[in-house]
Amino acid sequence: MAGVILIIAAGLAGYWLFPDNLALLTRVIAVALLVLSLDLITGYCGVASLGQASLFGAGAYAAGIACVNGVTEPVTLVAIGAVAGAMAGLLMGTIMLRAHGLAQLVLSIAIVQLFHEAANKASAYTGGSDGLAGLMVSPLFGVFEFDLWGRTAYLFGLALLVVVFVVLKFIVSSPFGMLCRGIKQDPVRIRAMGSYVFPVLLKMFVISGAVAGTGGALAAISTQVVGLDSVSFELSANALVMLVLGGLGTLYGALVGTVIFMGFEHVVSAINPFHWMTMVGALLIAVVLAAPGGLTGLYETLLGTGKRAKGGRT
Amino acid sequence: MQTILSIAIDAFAYGMALFIICIGLSLTMGLMRVVNLAHGAFAMIAGYIASYAARDLGLGYAVAIFLAIIGTVIISIPLERLLYRRIYGSPELTQVLMTIGITFCIIGITNYFFGPTLKSIPLPGSLSQPVDVGIRTIAGHRLFVMACGVVVAGGLWYLIEKTDFGIKLRATVDNAAMADALGVRTQVIYAISFAIAIGLAALGGVVGAEFLPIEPYYALRYMVTFLVVVSVGGAGSIPGAVVACLLLGAVDTTGRYLMPEFGNFFFYAAVIAIVCVFPRGFFGRAQ
Repeated sequence: MAGVILIIAAGLAGYWLFPDNLALLTRVIAVALLVLSLDLITGYCGVASLGQASLFGAGAYAAGIACVNGVTEPVTLVAIGAVAGAMAGLLMGTIMLRAHGLAQLVLSIAIVQLFHEAANKASAYTGGSDGLAGLMVSPLFGVFEFDLWGRTAYLFGLALLVVVFVVLKFIVSSPFGMLCRGIKQDPVRIRAMGSYVFPVLLKMFVISGAVAGTGGALAAISTQVVGLDSVSFELSANALVMLVLGGLGTLYGALVGTVIFMGFEHVVSAINPFHWMTMVGALLIAVVLAAPGGLTGLYETLLGTGKRAKGGRT
Repeated sequence: MQTILSIAIDAFAYGMALFIICIGLSLTMGLMRVVNLAHGAFAMIAGYIASYAARDLGLGYAVAIFLAIIGTVIISIPLERLLYRRIYGSPELTQVLMTIGITFCIIGITNYFFGPTLKSIPLPGSLSQPVDVGIRTIAGHRLFVMACGVVVAGGLWYLIEKTDFGIKLRATVDNAAMADALGVRTQVIYAISFAIAIGLAALGGVVGAEFLPIEPYYALRYMVTFLVVVSVGGAGSIPGAVVACLLLGAVDTTGRYLMPEFGNFFFYAAVIAIVCVFPRGFFGRAQ
């Protein structure tokens, strides 16, 4: 529970320290939900995916379309996003789990590209490449208006993140979560123990889809616009990079990776987008070579050897 | 009839251009077991070098191609020694991340030096005019790309199946430790095959520039296309790569001609269908 308090404290600190950048911070929370969802299937089940944004985008578009058509209650919109994400997760899992290894990765890419084309083609519903604009969200619980500075959206997002985080904590430490980690280590042995692998993984895909869909809905509500970039390969690849930067297989790693990556991106890409690419590239190479466990792994190693806990502080 | 013919010719030329680039990736993935997503980045470097040589220095097309291949291979050697050698045999996720990182670095650095604009590689007069082949005229460049593709396919087949080097390469692929014990210098074999793969990427990047234009985000934009083509064909298989490139090239070109508003839709729909039916690709081996 100390972790949850830490998240709330960090979130509120962000609220007080950067009152002018709340839109960015809300975006960070939405992407953090996406990275958490990717962690569920990649970090806990060992299924690498470069198409996670299709689930995020499904949630974002579902919430956006519902909002344009008259459902403006924010909590309902998030629920719609989560359900849409879960359905997309079911579809994606059914297709992806047919293959293994590289073919699986390629399938995930193909799926996100198909979602992208579909969102682009169905411009009557999604606005196509112009994006879906004009989302008018009614006040939260009928009281708190979504103001111009994004205060309500930010606090709403923070609350969502905390709730999702606590739920996921329970899920990954449940027997079901243990089973997933077992499958990641050795699917053959799990099958020999008498457990079915496919339904377990599919269930995790659905949960992951719900989380990603929640993130998408939050992004839609806070920015009041849904763009094609929310179902892009780039977003999926960035999510994977953030996850690996933070560390696979820990929920904290997903959060830490997102915050550090997006913070750096905000600062550096404002100077020159190509410097930013070079830096991310160098960072990725460094992480793969020097810290295969990501930043959280590095932190634990430093703490474990007891040499110097300062450098790895996250 | 005219439409069908021109689609067929374009599809074949496009498929061959894809093939020249992808066969290098297929070699690294099938023979060396490295998912090298930075493959397109090497094709991009070659395109930049060729464009610089042909446009800014005014050298001939053939010289530009030659310089591009040599230059790209020289750049790739230290990368192979310092970075790739550490990820041979690592899990796929590690390799994907490392090579995405290399791609980002290459994009950032090349654009820092050459500026973020579209790079054209001027064709010589003999290739830019149409050639009469009896039934109809075809752009000379298309014929040149087709010829290059056929030569590359034949040459590689000969190299891998018929030469001494090919025997050692296949032995290393099947069992690196055993080949090492029998006196095959596996490190050298790996280095040479990597250089060949990069050289092919460079060649494909330059001659295919008419189909896949050299631009700042080239490496990232076509990264997925190349990876998809290789996994559809089956990594490491030359016939697989030929079939995959021609088939996907045909699907893509036909889709673009007849229903341009659908974009990449048919391409990726075909990919999902094929991967679901053949999880290891057309001619892939069990891993």
